[in-house]
Amino acid sequence: MSLFNESRKNVIKLIFIGLFVIIIIRLFTLQVITSKYKTLADDQGIFRKVVYPDRGIIFDRKKRSILQNTSISDLMVTPNKIKGIDTALFCKIMNIDSIQFKKRIIDLIVKYGWSRPCVFEPLLSEEKMAIINESMYKFSPAFYLQERSIRSYPYDAAANVLGYTAEVDTNFLKKHPNEGYVAGDYAGMTGLERSYEKVLMGVRGIQYWKRDNKNRLTEKLDNGKYDTVAVAGQNIYTSIDIELQELGEKLMQNKLGSIVAINPKTGAILAMVSAPSYQPKYMTGSQRRKHFSELFLNPSLPLLNRTVSATYSPGSTFKTLQALIGLHEGVITTRTLFSCNGAFYGCGSTKPMHCLDFGTFDLRNAITVSDNTYFANVMQRVINNPKFSNVDSALLNWDRYMYAFGLGHKLGVDLPSEKSGNIPTPAFYNKIYGQGKWNFCNFRSVSIGQGEVDVTPLQVANEMAFIANKGWYYIPHVVDSIEGGDKFEVLSKYQQKIRPTVIPDSIFNAVHDGMQGVVDRGTGAGAKVKDIVVCGKTGTVENYYRGVKQQNHSFFCGFAPRDNPKIAIMCVVENSGRFGGTYAAPIVGLMIEKYLRDSITDKVRLAKIEQLSGLKLIPARIAYEIKKQDSIRRSKDLSLLFSKGFIKSRKDTLGLDDDQPEKEDEGKNKSGNENTPKKSTIKSKAILPKNKKLSLLKNNLSNPRN
Amino acid sequence: MYQKRPVITQKKDWVLILLYSTIASIGLLCIFSVEYRGGDEVIKSILEFKKNYSKQFYYLMACIVIAVFILLTDSKLFTATPMLLYAIGIALMLMTFVLGKTVNGSKSWIPLGFMNLQPVETCKIFTSLALAKYLSNADLDFTKSKSQLVAAFICFFPILFSILQNETGLALVYFAFLLPMYREGFPPVYLAIGISLGILLVLTLLSTPTQLIIAITLITLLAIIYLNRKIKRNSRILFIIISIWLTSLFFVGIAVPFLFKHVFQKYQSDRIFSMVGRDNPYQLNNEIVNTQIIKPLKKTKSDFENYNVKQSKIAIGSGGLIGKGFLKGTQTQGDFVPEQHTDFIFTSLGENFGFVGSVILMLLYLTLLLRIVFIAERQRSTFSRVYAYSVASIIFFHVAVNICMTIGLAPVIGITLPLMSYGGSSLLTFTVLIFILIRLDADRQMILR
Repeated sequence: MSLFNESRKNVIKLIFIGLFVIIIIRLFTLQVITSKYKTLADDQGIFRKVVYPDRGIIFDRKKRSILQNTSISDLMVTPNKIKGIDTALFCKIMNIDSIQFKKRIIDLIVKYGWSRPCVFEPLLSEEKMAIINESMYKFSPAFYLQERSIRSYPYDAAANVLGYTAEVDTNFLKKHPNEGYVAGDYAGMTGLERSYEKVLMGVRGIQYWKRDNKNRLTEKLDNGKYDTVAVAGQNIYTSIDIELQELGEKLMQNKLGSIVAINPKTGAILAMVSAPSYQPKYMTGSQRRKHFSELFLNPSLPLLNRTVSATYSPGSTFKTLQALIGLHEGVITTRTLFSCNGAFYGCGSTKPMHCLDFGTFDLRNAITVSDNTYFANVMQRVINNPKFSNVDSALLNWDRYMYAFGLGHKLGVDLPSEKSGNIPTPAFYNKIYGQGKWNFCNFRSVSIGQGEVDVTPLQVANEMAFIANKGWYYIPHVVDSIEGGDKFEVLSKYQQKIRPTVIPDSIFNAVHDGMQGVVDRGTGAGAKVKDIVVCGKTGTVENYYRGVKQQNHSFFCGFAPRDNPKIAIMCVVENSGRFGGTYAAPIVGLMIEKYLRDSITDKVRLAKIEQLSGLKLIPARIAYEIKKQDSIRRSKDLSLLFSKGFIKSRKDTLGLDDDQPEKEDEGKNKSGNENTPKKSTIKSKAILPKNKKLSLLKNNLSNPRN
Repeated sequence: MYQKRPVITQKKDWVLILLYSTIASIGLLCIFSVEYRGGDEVIKSILEFKKNYSKQFYYLMACIVIAVFILLTDSKLFTATPMLLYAIGIALMLMTFVLGKTVNGSKSWIPLGFMNLQPVETCKIFTSLALAKYLSNADLDFTKSKSQLVAAFICFFPILFSILQNETGLALVYFAFLLPMYREGFPPVYLAIGISLGILLVLTLLSTPTQLIIAITLITLLAIIYLNRKIKRNSRILFIIISIWLTSLFFVGIAVPFLFKHVFQKYQSDRIFSMVGRDNPYQLNNEIVNTQIIKPLKKTKSDFENYNVKQSKIAIGSGGLIGKGFLKGTQTQGDFVPEQHTDFIFTSLGENFGFVGSVILMLLYLTLLLRIVFIAERQRSTFSRVYAYSVASIIFFHVAVNICMTIGLAPVIGITLPLMSYGGSSLLTFTVLIFILIRLDADRQMILR
């Protein structure tokens, strides 16, 4: 019988082999063909841990660090180890009740699971840290402190120049898709932190860790074979003189405005004050969010770097440039005389342009006394120059000069959100008045720096450097050098001398004469510094807010010493009233003295500093809005305001990107509703929406003074 | 001494011994890779008998001693005692109801102090011997259905206890005895029916009854068209085809749903369905009531088993062609695969050594099986042959089902991988099975009854 059935062994063998072949085919598809399981395994089994390098340190002109790193602790918790700790004591120390404690723990468990350490309270304040550190042993191992590096500002100054870092939001991630940022990362949002983000951030390290089924990291994958090392960010040396900056900020206390000081020989920015400012440390640490909301809502816009993001009509400071163009075009000489009989009647008597100083002036004196009629005549000659066939080409020629002087376009400073300002072009007027339907008289106020001209404080300071150098400048910049080399080629453009037009020295000398006269015996006597020849020019800028005339801006710009200039500087005090010489000039004088002498010791001058810094020149309108907001805040908790829609969205950062400042302004206006004070970004008509601006142009071109 | 030496070495099948020790060593290394973490002191943990791999090491040592003892015994011992041993095995299984220790929900273990014995496992040996004894009876006419029934009873009687012990999975192993019975002349139609039922069962799990009924009907129609002429000549064929068709319909449409609804426990049918990643379609109504109203958040056991299979597939699938290297598997090291050292030990090999390693292991097992078949066929006595086929079938069933289970081709039914899975009971069973065979094979020229 066994013989009879022997062939059946083959059937059995076939069954064995057949099933094994099926299994092997299945294994082949599972292991070799499908890649799904590999991905799934890596997702759950390997953790990609990012190691953050220290950000670069920022130093000032004298190698003092003005932005560095410090460590702060997060309180971490591992929920499954909590059993047995003294919860009551813990809650007492942390100043929470046990219900809150339970709720937070449960939230964390839901989010991260039982056995994974997670942040119970981030960024402990120093006081809390001191208390909890003492009794930490009672709560370990469930709770422990984990240090992390945050930014710290050794000086309470230069907040807007240095900027701050913040957690990246989805918008940021969308805009920088391939730069390795993930949600939760910190990145520079404003100031140098933003513009030198690539340099400061360093190179992130990546560690691959094995992870177990409870989400705990066990050991490094293959002993760290695939890991990359974190490289610390590069340190940055700036040209900021922190003492000068501090003095500037002190002088600008309780005022709105800015100061920009440049070393004309290098284009290096020495001080850059935007007032009001804020304590830079507000933007780090545990209270960051609260401080940010307050600053963000403040009607005086402390988060705005006015030096590059605010535009103003330059006022009479513009006359120096008009003089340069007039002389170089040959429409006047230094001896050309014009007289002022009370007003400029060049455009007929219906809309005369007033001047204050009666008499007849040559160029130097016209600058010194800031004679409106003189420069109206100069520009009239430039525009009506028979050399050009029509007004269009003459104005275009004039524009070309202005661009060469650094106006009407972004200078390219190494700070974000720079504005270009505005130099009116023929196309601009064609649009308003129609092709060929306009002439000099339509924009005669431009000749004295009113009307459609808009400049940023930085542009004015740069223009002073240009005049001081007699015809050239370097693009203004904050950063001098980068430790370890300029790997990203960000500094090369600041090493090229820019000499767009060749104007003879004699022309500059005449303008210098006039500007020296301004300080020595003219409108800018306040800027006088003992034993230093200061050249300057005042400006008293008329301005409008929503069609309502506001107090004048006080402008002063200049450079010193006249021979071998070492500092070119400008100051604007917004809506201060009175004249350019009143507030801006003495501030500039003190700044020049501080920079050139390194310190101010004279008692009279020290008293002057105190007197100026004690002045409160916040415009009434802003003061009123701040007061109103304060009273609302007093009655309601800030978070309540959020919930009531007082503030539509809790924005954590200003998305200050170069390409969208206008949008942002709109956003800010939108963020208030009927109950909230309406506020604009800058209190000058220069930034009003275009249509409003046009209507203003037509209605308010009357009688600028000085 | 001089006389004994040839007894233990002579005529022993060294190929089988080599395959045995190779697979057992691979198993030990796999268990080691599951448990070892960087920095563990291996020597210390081996000495302290704490880690599973150290325990398994001692089990293996014990098994080798037992193997030597088996080789030293007389073959006649095995032909003389099967029925007694079978009775002892059944008695042991009965004892579990009294002395049993509950492990993982099944009361099938007898604590022995140093290890737990699972009588269902060891009873396989006795059943094999008993079957061999019965079929090797010189007076037996296996073509008679009465003797076929007796043989089937010997094979399937232990299943009863197994099911009572809540170890349905282990009970299925006894169906492996169909193969040696088939070899000895059991009508092939039963084997064919068994296999087709198996295929149909898997297909019912993979698709809905409606789909399957349509598919079966189509195949039947095609068969009728294809056999058109033969049917005209012999109408019996048509009758057979139609009866097969009707049986299949009954099986798919009525028997299987009935089985899932009324015979199987809910967890059992859930288990079976979890293998294909489907919810249990036959007890859906009850489930909605249970899960949504009473415990909406609680994970059911089938979720857990789904998780098992998913993690097992991830571990094996992530091995790739050549694997991640010994002790480098992230899934193994991260404890992602539950029960990895026992039922899912293959995952650690699949992850660490990839497709190449898996195929090598499969080939080792296949060589082992074919070698046993080869040994079976060279026996002069029916007893040894039947026993050898029993051993091959049991090993085959275990390997096939266990590996299919880890790669999602079979339900998770708790069947160990022979010689590799952690556990003294399982290792001992297979050692004894194989070494009795080697002992019997040494006397292949004798006629044993």
